[in-house]
Amino acid sequence: MDQITFFGQLLQYIVTGITVGSIYAMVAIGFNIIYNVNEVINMAQGEFVMLGGLIMVSLHVALGVPLVIAFGLTVLAVACIGLLLDRTAIRPVRRPTALTLIIATIAASIIIKGLAMVIWGKDPFDLPAFSGRTPILLGGAAIQPQYLWVMGFLIIIVAGLSFFFNQTIAGKAMSACADNPDAARLVGINVQHMVLLSFVLSAAIGAVAGVTMTPIALMEYDRGAMLAIKGFGAAILGGLGSFPGAILGGLILGLIESLGAGLLSSGYKDAYALIVLLAVLFVKPSGILSNQDVTKFKRL
Amino acid sequence: MDRSSTLPALLEASDLVMTFGGLAALMDVNFVLAKGTIKAVIGPNGAGKTTLFNIITGVQAPTEGQVRFNGDLITGLKPHEIAAKGISRTFQTVELFDNMSVLENVMLGRHMRCRSSFLGAGLSLPAMRRQEKRLREQAEEILEFIGLAEKGRAMADSLPLGERKILEIGRALATDPELICLDEPAAGLNETETEAGAGLIQAIKEKGITVLLVEHDMKVIMNISDEIMVLNYGEKIAEGAPAQVQCDAKVVEAYLGDSECLF
Amino acid sequence: MLVFKKSPIFAGILVILFLPLAASFVPALGSYPDIMVFAGIYCLITIGLCLLMGYAGQISLGHAAFFGVGAYVSGILTTRYGLNPWLCMVTGAALAALVAVAVGAPSLRLKGYYLAMATLAFGIIVNIVFREEIEWTGGPDGLIGIPGLSLFGFPLDSITRYYYLVWATVLLAFLFTINLIQSPSGRALRAIHAGEEAAGAMGVNVANYKILVFVYSAVLASIAGSLYAHYMNFINPAAFDLFFSIKLIIMITLGGMQTVWGALVGAVAIAFLSLEWLHLFQEYEMVVYGAILLLAVVFLPNGLAGLPAALMEKMRR
Repeated sequence: MDQITFFGQLLQYIVTGITVGSIYAMVAIGFNIIYNVNEVINMAQGEFVMLGGLIMVSLHVALGVPLVIAFGLTVLAVACIGLLLDRTAIRPVRRPTALTLIIATIAASIIIKGLAMVIWGKDPFDLPAFSGRTPILLGGAAIQPQYLWVMGFLIIIVAGLSFFFNQTIAGKAMSACADNPDAARLVGINVQHMVLLSFVLSAAIGAVAGVTMTPIALMEYDRGAMLAIKGFGAAILGGLGSFPGAILGGLILGLIESLGAGLLSSGYKDAYALIVLLAVLFVKPSGILSNQDVTKFKRL
Repeated sequence: MDRSSTLPALLEASDLVMTFGGLAALMDVNFVLAKGTIKAVIGPNGAGKTTLFNIITGVQAPTEGQVRFNGDLITGLKPHEIAAKGISRTFQTVELFDNMSVLENVMLGRHMRCRSSFLGAGLSLPAMRRQEKRLREQAEEILEFIGLAEKGRAMADSLPLGERKILEIGRALATDPELICLDEPAAGLNETETEAGAGLIQAIKEKGITVLLVEHDMKVIMNISDEIMVLNYGEKIAEGAPAQVQCDAKVVEAYLGDSECLF
Repeated sequence: MLVFKKSPIFAGILVILFLPLAASFVPALGSYPDIMVFAGIYCLITIGLCLLMGYAGQISLGHAAFFGVGAYVSGILTTRYGLNPWLCMVTGAALAALVAVAVGAPSLRLKGYYLAMATLAFGIIVNIVFREEIEWTGGPDGLIGIPGLSLFGFPLDSITRYYYLVWATVLLAFLFTINLIQSPSGRALRAIHAGEEAAGAMGVNVANYKILVFVYSAVLASIAGSLYAHYMNFINPAAFDLFFSIKLIIMITLGGMQTVWGALVGAVAIAFLSLEWLHLFQEYEMVVYGAILLLAVVFLPNGLAGLPAALMEKMRR
């Protein structure tokens, strides 16, 4: 009997890990989109997730806007905030070194977090799950349907981005910028617009992550920082700039965190992902999937 | 018969191989650099000159092969360890310390020749203060030698390119090197500046310092080098006195695809 | 700034010396000595950070960790074992130095975002340890009953006395640091900032210097932490969290990283902001911090301390 229960528990941790990992993967993808266009790491990435959750709560729970419409409006709203971020925090920095951009995006994240605290207060908020909370029983584990929504949206996002980067002109233009901004400019691509687009896209994806995770883990004003750091950890684990890497990194990180919290100590839960991040940075900062030399920046 | 074989060998490279992935940047390169001479390394772009430089100065370790300096094995040592052995260098794209003045750049060159303890410095011990004065004087002497004496207080980034290149040489000289490696010292310079640079290199030789240089400007090379080594596609295809190399068939073919003499 | 003129230093010393006297006569200045104790404690950290980030060009988003190490070592050893507080302060500094070497050696090989994230992660991990190791640290509730300090039997049990202790320490740290900057070591650090490859080619052991300056900044932060613990007589993990590391960044960005004066200006400014003026903004506190940081990084590339020089440049044109 004990064996089955342990196996059930393990499965539970694994499923949770994959779900949490999907969220980290979405955050990591957001990092990669912006990084690929102009080598900036957006330290405010986690705030997009937080805003996604909280704005959805306001629209759907407080104002009663129907789920799908509220979802759409939320993503739109957060995308606009992404636009604002580029315009007010990134563009104005006159000496764009790694340090000044880190500081600028940290400043932006603090402003966003501060405003969120004023608007929503410090308490966590809940969202109704998209398709109810009746758990699906699988081999001793109780899987919340919302978990499947999270994983599903990750797949949708990946498919959508794949189409965008490979089949649309805007997407191909963005890839061109990532590869060679000077050449991109020469063929008439407006790099500044591409940077803006990358922020808008990242914000939108962050919002999706926030909306889908709130029914599971609630959302409060200061969740952004840890999400950003762990999402960055996932991005680095898989190789900064690589989308398959982001997914792989996210899932691995999510699993390690879930298994660690379940099997070792839950108080140190956040530390597991951070320790993995440090380990990757110390041993192979280019990540498991890539071969680049990360000590030289192309543009910074 | 080249004169350098009668002088002691300062630097010896044996069987150097450098491969990146599947690409061979250097293949079985052997050479000897005689003390007190000026040796130029030339070759078309991509010939492996920068790779060779990077190996000698410790920026990269070769895939195979060895480099000896004064008999000591220096392959795979870190750049600051190579500097401590007595090898200094300049860079293809001038790498001065733009956050410092001209004088301070040269003073930094003296870093290895001074005691730089954190504690002593923080406490501003009299010995440290005397040392600082000495360093300043030594740096000013070097500025005199290279002709930048009045520009000591100017910020390094305020100088025109020609003077920046000379300053970089001065900084390298400040390390009291036995060998100085110059990476394209004439690149981007006009006729006057190039002549001044060439004069400086000869003055360096007269001080007894050995010079290894990578260069494309053939006039300079023909005038000042004691010996030339030609690389092509990572292999040494010729080595010898300038007059010899000029008419070497392989060299001419590599550059011109022809069999006339070069230059 | 590399040549440090003596007159501003003497002026500063005079101001510091007479502030408590002024405060006892002018009611409006009454809270200033207390605020200045905190300002001084922050200065110790920012002086080290300024050397690390402004001069040597590295990044640390986790310095609250070292502040916490000093505070907790002092707190734990004095409350649990009744050891001499000064000895504990030295022990804390030694531990901070060890941790700095252990974390710094692998981290400082990284650059830019990678280094920033490594220090960020490190800072958070240490904070989690402070929160979770309840047996040692008292967990989220913190450590109480930390004794005050006394110097050769003379108890430093008033704000004024502690104020002079802290600022005497700041003066020592300040002088030590500006001597360092003007020495070959200081030049080596600035060379590393300008171009690591060239610095190495000129014989500077880049890796060692980076670790050395990191350790120096960690030791200063640790001493600051010990002083903090003995002043507050109570510490908890919230004081050493990510937001405090960010506050330190706000201090040096606002004050100016390029010069040690900036470290002082920034620390004093933020100390006054957080202890005296912030309650005016009530729940907009965090927004204000963020706005200050953003405005500073966009409009004050050399911080407040760099303004006089920048204005003189403008007037010359």
